[in-house]
Amino acid sequence: MIAIVDYGMGNLRSVQKSFERVGASAVIVSSAEEISRASKVILPGVGAFGDAMTNLQNRGLVRPLVEAIRAGRPFLGICLGLQLLFDVGYEDGEFTGLGLVPGRVVRFNFDGRPAARDLKIPHMGWNQVTWSDPCPLTTGIPSGSYFYFVHSYYVDPIDPAYTYGTCDYGDPFTAIIWRYNLFATQFHPEKSQKLGLQILENFANL
Amino acid sequence: MLAKRIIPCLDVHAGRVVKGVNFVNLRDAGNPVEIAKRYESEGADELVFLDITASHEGRDIMLDVVKHVAEECFMPFTVGGGIRTIEDVTRLVQAGAEKVSINTAAVLNPAIITETARRFGRCCTVVNIDPKRVHMNGREIWDVHIHGGRTPTGLEAVAWARRVEELGAGEIVLTCMDADGTQDGYDLEITRAVAEAVHIPVVASGGAGKPEHLADAVTLGKADAALVASIFHFGSYTIRETKQLMADRGIPMRL
Repeated sequence: MIAIVDYGMGNLRSVQKSFERVGASAVIVSSAEEISRASKVILPGVGAFGDAMTNLQNRGLVRPLVEAIRAGRPFLGICLGLQLLFDVGYEDGEFTGLGLVPGRVVRFNFDGRPAARDLKIPHMGWNQVTWSDPCPLTTGIPSGSYFYFVHSYYVDPIDPAYTYGTCDYGDPFTAIIWRYNLFATQFHPEKSQKLGLQILENFANL
Repeated sequence: MLAKRIIPCLDVHAGRVVKGVNFVNLRDAGNPVEIAKRYESEGADELVFLDITASHEGRDIMLDVVKHVAEECFMPFTVGGGIRTIEDVTRLVQAGAEKVSINTAAVLNPAIITETARRFGRCCTVVNIDPKRVHMNGREIWDVHIHGGRTPTGLEAVAWARRVEELGAGEIVLTCMDADGTQDGYDLEITRAVAEAVHIPVVASGGAGKPEHLADAVTLGKADAALVASIFHFGSYTIRETKQLMADRGIPMRL
């Protein structure tokens, strides 16, 4: 069973419907017990980092999430679900994350960068993601394909081994994380039309 | 590179898309879900649904439309029209809208911008600004209008754009009223002035009549995206050929 974790951060139906579209079934879950029983876990989410961590803690979901990842079960974080994996986030304050990937989540900042003066924040729209090695998540998708992004903060991993796909906005930043069973995208596969659905199908087929 | 976006805008009345949408081979020419899917397959980057129904019954029908589109279309879309309260915003977001677009209520009650951003994130919070060129005491001002363009506010467009950014807006849709409906092209002067004044994305709107106008909006007008109403509806131009023309001019596009 693929479990989509509902922790009060956004509408999850589109993620669920995307799996249906590619012939997989996914269940929206909100309890620790359901996460523990899942064979694969999806952590989506839109909104603020601090609110998201508070919700996960209040609902007792931090431990089951960490355990699912440590147990080697396939995990996919989407957008905020990618950022929460990190040590610390700086959205409207300083908040401790899940600490599964060493590094920080920081805001785009183009001050004092004449060449990047016209870049707007949020980074909103379709941008290209590139990678150099094969990965089960991107099977059948050419490097350089466009995916839909909408975010003002990006992840900055300390260990480059976590970064699989990169995107360029002012500077290159990490758009896909991949380490063993841990996958996460800064873009929204469920909003990225055909190629986004391919990512979810690949994840379902792991 | 971040691509410039083309965003078809669909007017919805009582659950049906109105205003001469004329796709060939569409089983139901007014069905929002079918039209959205067609635009998705033609390469639209986002969609905007504008609820032009005035009644309360119409609002509930709109929520149904949003729910169906969110379940059937795997692309981002914004919903606007008639949003008055944070409860209206909440219902639309819960129904599956990525972004909500606020116009009149943003002027009458600016706190709704901040509250929407706080609850659902800046990225979800779009403010529509409808300026009209008005002459006053021998000088021209770009006067922001509300109530569907009927009521002048005395707010100056560039200053108001800066203000909505401060209040928490994550994007501005700028519909220049003098150009709107003319098909003579976007108002590049106002668009550029607003786009250069803020750090959030600006969507040019009003006046597109041919693909070159969209190219101008994102180059000369410095917009991040171009909203179009009728030019694709009538089948005179396709999204694909428009994107190709823009790409040929060196504009980053998702082809």
